[in-house]
Amino acid sequence: MSMLVTCPNCGPREVQELRCAGETTKRPTSTPTVRELNEYIYFRRNVWGTQREWWFCRTCEDWFLAERHTYTNVVEKTWHPEPAA
Amino acid sequence: MTRLAPQAGERIDRAQPLSFTFHGKPVQGFAGDTIGSALYASGQRVFSRSFKYHRPRGLVCCAGHCANCQMTVDGIPSVRVCTTPLREGAVVKGQNYVGSLERDLMQVTDKLGGPFTPPGFYYKTFIRPRKLWPLYEKFLRGAAGLGPLDPDGSRQERVDVEHRHVDVVVIGGGQAGLEAAIAAAQGGESVVVIDEGYDVGGTLLADREGIGTAAELRRHAVDAGVDLLAPAIAIGLFEQGLVPVAYGNLLLKYRAHRVIVASGIVEQPLVFPGNDLVGVMLPDAARRLVNGFSIKPAERAVVLTVDDRGLRAAADLEAAGVEIARIVDFRTVGSPAIEAQGKGGKVTQVSIDGHHVKADLVIMCGSPQPNYKLLAQAGARVEYDEGRGVFVPTDLPANVEAVGAVTGDVGEPAVPSPILDHRGDKCFVCICEDQTTKDLKYAIAEGFDSIELSKRYTTVTMGPCQGRLCHTNSIRVYAKTTGLDENTIGTTTARPPYTPISMGLLAGPPQEPRKRTSLHHRHKDMGGKMMWTGAWRRPHSYGPDPGAEAQHVHDALGLIDVSTLGKILVKGPDAGAFLDRVYPNRFSDLEVGRTRYGVLTGDAGRIMDDGVVARLDDDTFYVSATSTGADGVYQWFTWWNAVWFMDVQFANLTGALAAINVAGPNAREAMQRVSEDDFSAEGFAYLDAKQLTVAGVPMLALRIGFVGELGYELHFPSPFAEHVWDTIFEQAADLDPKPFGLEPQRILRLEKGHVIVSQDTDSESNLHEAAMPWLVKNDKEFEWVGKWATQQVADRGLKWMLVGFESPSGAIPVEGGQVVIDGVSSGRVTSVRRSSELGKVIGLAIVPHELAVDGGRFDVQVNGRPVPMTVHLGAFYDPAGEKVKS
Repeated sequence: MSMLVTCPNCGPREVQELRCAGETTKRPTSTPTVRELNEYIYFRRNVWGTQREWWFCRTCEDWFLAERHTYTNVVEKTWHPEPAA
Repeated sequence: MTRLAPQAGERIDRAQPLSFTFHGKPVQGFAGDTIGSALYASGQRVFSRSFKYHRPRGLVCCAGHCANCQMTVDGIPSVRVCTTPLREGAVVKGQNYVGSLERDLMQVTDKLGGPFTPPGFYYKTFIRPRKLWPLYEKFLRGAAGLGPLDPDGSRQERVDVEHRHVDVVVIGGGQAGLEAAIAAAQGGESVVVIDEGYDVGGTLLADREGIGTAAELRRHAVDAGVDLLAPAIAIGLFEQGLVPVAYGNLLLKYRAHRVIVASGIVEQPLVFPGNDLVGVMLPDAARRLVNGFSIKPAERAVVLTVDDRGLRAAADLEAAGVEIARIVDFRTVGSPAIEAQGKGGKVTQVSIDGHHVKADLVIMCGSPQPNYKLLAQAGARVEYDEGRGVFVPTDLPANVEAVGAVTGDVGEPAVPSPILDHRGDKCFVCICEDQTTKDLKYAIAEGFDSIELSKRYTTVTMGPCQGRLCHTNSIRVYAKTTGLDENTIGTTTARPPYTPISMGLLAGPPQEPRKRTSLHHRHKDMGGKMMWTGAWRRPHSYGPDPGAEAQHVHDALGLIDVSTLGKILVKGPDAGAFLDRVYPNRFSDLEVGRTRYGVLTGDAGRIMDDGVVARLDDDTFYVSATSTGADGVYQWFTWWNAVWFMDVQFANLTGALAAINVAGPNAREAMQRVSEDDFSAEGFAYLDAKQLTVAGVPMLALRIGFVGELGYELHFPSPFAEHVWDTIFEQAADLDPKPFGLEPQRILRLEKGHVIVSQDTDSESNLHEAAMPWLVKNDKEFEWVGKWATQQVADRGLKWMLVGFESPSGAIPVEGGQVVIDGVSSGRVTSVRRSSELGKVIGLAIVPHELAVDGGRFDVQVNGRPVPMTVHLGAFYDPAGEKVKS
């Protein structure tokens, strides 16, 4: 895989300079059933299209969110997460 | 001497002779020569031996396309010498022969085996008897193939990777490419031109007038600021404008906004019996030799051509004094029966409808094909244009343009396959892999009737030319044989690399720099035997007997460098609450100045890492992680807080701080020699964390007992590491301090039954089955990371347990050895060592849960036999912990 990812701090970077931590997930807020827990831990949407992902920039050591097209690998948007209002 | 009189436009500089050796004999060439042209000028005609039949092969394309000129140059195998600039002192050798290049003993495979080795011969023949395969293999590996690698691996060369960003990458420096590059550069874009030839210019370099045009374009390009790289190979064309380029020992990874492919044409061979003989050449190859290198390539030539390109070659050859014995123009004569015949593999005559014409050079000029391979690999579709007889790339990927002949603009409409179905042996379609028309027809008859299957079965197009000279002709053989049209047959998938490149370029320099601690040189000085632990170099031990090294820690005083431990500062009003969330146990209630052991789990409940957490003040915790887990733990913490936004900050101090563990009964005395702070049993109790001064250096000292004896772990700025280390050794010299390495440390911790995460745990390990249920604190208000999955393990009931065991017989199983119960594999040994302190073989093993009782018995396979072991719960050494608490 080879692509450019724009870190919100460091600008466009080769993918090797970052780490993709996969699709964003939604952690249960209270004790989940076995099914809910397994869905959270193991099940991924794995879409063909734009996917929201966590990325870690090894240069500035900051986490950010990205929207990447899973087929073209074009990273359409990156941003630092904001605390929920 | 076959050089012509000096002529306008020649590449060679006769004022600058260069010497090199070929098979040890000195050869002369000139600056501007390629190794290939210099050898040819010296009279060398056989350049290689073919892959399968070991037939002699000579120059065919002189453009870096075919594999015929591959030689070993300065120890590097399979170098295409036709495009490699000549260097003074180069050491050049042929390859793939036994005996000599001229008289290859392996040619017996051509004489005897040839007719009997159709496709699949090896699979079908050497399968039986199975026992003989090692013998067959030895022979076959020697017989087939290209240049050998140095078996000792003693050849060393440095390979580097560079990332470069430009506006425009132009692939192919012919007329179209250079003009596009100049236009882009004049428009203000940064431009690089990549060309696989010995110089930019492409097919212009074959033409007497073209050479001047090429030189002029080259000058304009340089003036416009275009970067020209030749010979350089664009390995592939990837998304977002990535073009990796092999340029000598450099791998250049270009990122471009636009990629312009101007890869021109590939001249195509004709398929007739004897078309692989030495002296059968493509037209531009001969023209390059004549016009560029001022070589008279032969005495008498026959020209077989389908278009004017062949006629131009004939004119140039004639001007160079070569007698043109016959021109066969397929546009006018139809399809005569042509056969090239030779002696010793070199062409001597051509039979044309039974008439023999003497010649030592045959120009074979098929209709050229667009060199579309990179475009196809990048995702373009390739369609057969029936009107023009060429394969044309269409539907180019985004930001990729094509200009020049590669678009299909190759001049005259092609005259397809005038003599393809001529009967006879050895009509070579694929000269790289020695595949003939007969082989392809044989494959079709055997049912390999799709071009992709045929490629895999016959290996046609899979040789070093990667199909450039054989793809079209193989498709046409299929079309003729099956009666299908070219578009139905289709092309095979184009994959990178465009042309074979050195593995070293792909491996590149190591991504991970090796890490040394700030005590590295002390370890070397003290005889430390260094080993890899992740990216770190650490001492395994300092002498031949790690057991004695461990024993010394029990008896007196040992120092171990633990600087590789992960060290993360967690600071802020929410620091305690944060740690409560990521750890199973509680840290918010940890007293300032105390430490507590912690294990990290993910939400899947699997054990990730472990370490000690010390509270420095209300808002500040100092977290240690395993040596290989430091970066992962830091990322884990910062990731969770990118979700939670708690008021806490993290600093990874792993490299900034050194750490030394001072352990053994003499440890307190030693510390009192080097510090004025209170190291008494009462003043500095077990599991205390104190900020104090040792050897004049302010530091954090943790009283922990990983190795089972009274011990202090000192954490302080790395630049002071040698000073602190040396001061302790000097001031405590009479207390018998000795360094100890990782191996003794592993014995010592095993005596205590202490777990090493990832040695004694794996990706299935959870807190309950790793015997750490005491860490689970479910009364915390927040749903800590891993809580639910850990609870599910408890709910389902435990299946496994990590236990200590003793080997009563003294037999030492291997780590990873199988636990066997009633003949069934039921777990495994994770750690095992002989302890001289205990006089026993002890270990840790994952066993079925019901066996996890003191005295439980199970067998472990040792040397193929089950050997009984006994479960031992808790520490083997000092189970009450009196030593560590003393």
